[in-house]
Amino acid sequence: MNTTFRRAVGAAVVAALGLPVLAACGGSDDSGSDSKTVTLVSHDSFAASDAVLKEFTRTTGYKVKVLKSGDAGTAVNQAILSKKHPQGDVFFGVDNTLLSRALENDLFTPYEAKGLDRVPKGLQADAAEHRVTPIDFGDICVNYDRAYFADHKLSPPASFDDLIKPEYKNLLVTENAATSSPGLAFQLGTIAKYGDAGWQDYWKKLKANGVEVVDGWEQAYNDRFSGSAAGKKAKGDKPLVVSYASSPPAEVLGVKPLPKEGPTGVATGTCFRQTEFAGLLKGAKNTKGGQALIDFLLGKKFQEDLPLQMFVNPANQDAALPEEFTKFGAKITDPATLAPEKIAKNRDQWVKAWSSLVLK
Amino acid sequence: MTLPVAFFALFFAYPVSAIVARGLKDGGQWQFARVGEVLGDERIGHVLWFTTWQALASTALTLALALPGAYVFARFDFPGKQLLRAVVTVPFVLPTVVVGSAFLALLGRGGLLDELWGMRLDTTVWAILLAHVFFNYAVVVRTVGGLWAQLDPRQEEAARVLGAGRFAAWRRVTLPALAPSVAAAALMVFLFTFTSFGVVQILGGPRYATLEVEIYQQTARLLDLPTAAVLTLVQFVAVAVLLAVHAWTVRRRESALKLVDAAHTSRRPRGAAQWALLASVLTVVALLILVPLVVLVLRSFDGPDGYGLAFYRALASADDNGGTFVVAPLEAIGNSLACALAATGIAVVVGGLAAAALTRRAGRLVRGFDALLMLPLGTSAVTVGFGFLITLDEPPLDLRSSWILVPLAQALVGVPFVVRIMLPVLRAVDARLREAAAVLGASPLRAWREVDLPLVGRALAVAAGFAFAVSLGEFGATVFIARPDNPTLPVAVARLLGRPGELNYGQAMALSTILMLVCAAALLVLERVRTDRSGEF
Repeated sequence: MNTTFRRAVGAAVVAALGLPVLAACGGSDDSGSDSKTVTLVSHDSFAASDAVLKEFTRTTGYKVKVLKSGDAGTAVNQAILSKKHPQGDVFFGVDNTLLSRALENDLFTPYEAKGLDRVPKGLQADAAEHRVTPIDFGDICVNYDRAYFADHKLSPPASFDDLIKPEYKNLLVTENAATSSPGLAFQLGTIAKYGDAGWQDYWKKLKANGVEVVDGWEQAYNDRFSGSAAGKKAKGDKPLVVSYASSPPAEVLGVKPLPKEGPTGVATGTCFRQTEFAGLLKGAKNTKGGQALIDFLLGKKFQEDLPLQMFVNPANQDAALPEEFTKFGAKITDPATLAPEKIAKNRDQWVKAWSSLVLK
Repeated sequence: MTLPVAFFALFFAYPVSAIVARGLKDGGQWQFARVGEVLGDERIGHVLWFTTWQALASTALTLALALPGAYVFARFDFPGKQLLRAVVTVPFVLPTVVVGSAFLALLGRGGLLDELWGMRLDTTVWAILLAHVFFNYAVVVRTVGGLWAQLDPRQEEAARVLGAGRFAAWRRVTLPALAPSVAAAALMVFLFTFTSFGVVQILGGPRYATLEVEIYQQTARLLDLPTAAVLTLVQFVAVAVLLAVHAWTVRRRESALKLVDAAHTSRRPRGAAQWALLASVLTVVALLILVPLVVLVLRSFDGPDGYGLAFYRALASADDNGGTFVVAPLEAIGNSLACALAATGIAVVVGGLAAAALTRRAGRLVRGFDALLMLPLGTSAVTVGFGFLITLDEPPLDLRSSWILVPLAQALVGVPFVVRIMLPVLRAVDARLREAAAVLGASPLRAWREVDLPLVGRALAVAAGFAFAVSLGEFGATVFIARPDNPTLPVAVARLLGRPGELNYGQAMALSTILMLVCAAALLVLERVRTDRSGEF
């Protein structure tokens, strides 16, 4: 008797849970090929508020479907692998360290976006052909823990050269250039600064000065860095970490009232600039919709939504920055950069050389 | 038999062989020279050596710590047993990033061990091994314990009456009966640790790399498909050797057993020795599994202004406070449960049919298929994910952005569990019982329902529980599948961890805590609704 009841309950539970399965596990099952849907392919960090995406639908009539997979490198490689049958219409999130690989593989159809004139020339990596459109940029820089340097009456480092001085011995934690994109960017920054001839020598000195290498940004920032809230709880003891210029603003998010200055600062002379681009995929099913979406990504509405969604800076100069950025962010006037084709040509050997130099 | 074969061929063999072929074919020519080049690389040799020995060590340590646990869970009754059985399975669903963080808090600098005894284990192999035990404890307890609970204790008692010593009775009666499920558990733990990714990266630091990490590097980062293809083949060979060894040790041992209802075999411990055993097992569970989980839970309450629900509140207001999170976490819970249910359904049907087919028939071909079904456990997630991408891309099979792809990928990992847990039990069902039922006039279906199902029901529940947990926490292949934006819980946690700021980190911890609760609750429900009919009348 009792089993029948138990079974009935079990069946009811399973049925009740099972009903929404089709709806919940993957959302709408449309293939996105109708002319009223635009499909945006991106990496896992892509984020936009619902209100902004709805705005796009309201003004253009197109619905946006977002497909995400893996980190930036993985997403680009997936797009390359599936270029015969692209998964969507627009790809967002190819940065300057990956750009050449994407262009060599002929991923994009040229399109000159509306509002490109409001984007600084320095960001326009493909100004001749417009195969990609710059959407945002961010700087990878060394962050420092203000409290540590105040307590030790030590001025925080400001440049790459400072990091190899004895007073900063054993203070820096960075990421594995082979597995982490900020780790790679920091290495590229040193290559831009010291050149092909000098960067390895610099890293030898950095290693002698006790730089610690961990595998990913999460670990470096949340576990080892003493300046981040999470790092404080995890008893992190490294007052210097390779992170983003936008990390200090993020440290004060949700803190009420906003403090006078954030707990962390940026060593402005240690920055490498990364620009993220969007492009219209070759073989897109909905070219018109894709073009409208790229225009929208560069438009003010989306550009002002960007900073607190993805912690990057808008490429469009007309977009106003939120208070967290203007008050706690650092303005990086002279970041290191490298030409995308130079990165593409040398990246693998650079990373190999770095690994055998630093990780051994 | 056809359904499992078709499922396996379409969603595993075809995608994986396609991506390997793409790596090894250059302009229509097979490039076998690459194999030698890659294998000749000194670094790859190191990676392979480290991968193998850490997996062996992890497996041995897990068995040593978990087998007493399996015994205690099978044979003793104590308050809170069901809850504890659900809790030891919780690690299984946690994203490795989160677990890594908890272990760093315990073993790392300034961690618990450091404060007590000045010991630091992070970036040592010990941290990796302990984390592997933490993850896989449940595999042994549930697979071995599930069968152990159904072995008739009277058989051992009979041996004792006939004059065998306590140990001899156990060695002669119980151990042979358990051997297949111990071997199955060891096999699964080995495969899991052999393809370990997150744990090794986080706790080992950049100095340690497994084959899985290397394949991920070559595929997802460098797009060096030839090297990745060779490494994938190396992984296959290693797994194949292992499966052959496993098959050879187990084949002669699976025999019909006298299975009884688990409810009758467990009782309260008696005597000092049994209480001591129970206490020591509970201590291991507390130290190894509960403490890391408690660290995470505490962190989720440790808000900006002291202990409180600040992070949980932040989770609830998804979109408005500076846009830190794109999807309401409640939705992520729903997504996770839905995917897990779908994946469990697929895994149980496919795995159940496969196990049934493997029980009924013998022969070389069938055994080969049995081994093949285990391969997904030993295949790198990125290989499967990228394989899906290049094969399931044309109508009628353009599943790339379809919701079904995620549960399918998860079911691939779930099926081996279902098969491994069901097989020993199915093979232990005495055929004479079925024959007796047939003689008495039962149809085959009825015989199955009255004879097999009551005996197998428990194993089915255990298998379903595993498939469910695997799916709930699966963060491997699904990361490489471009999916419409409704993240499952592990994906949402990883996203939050990838952003700076206290609020994001705290929300990640809060969401991990929710993930644990969801998992434990789901497993408890599964334990309750299993078709356990014997002994109820």
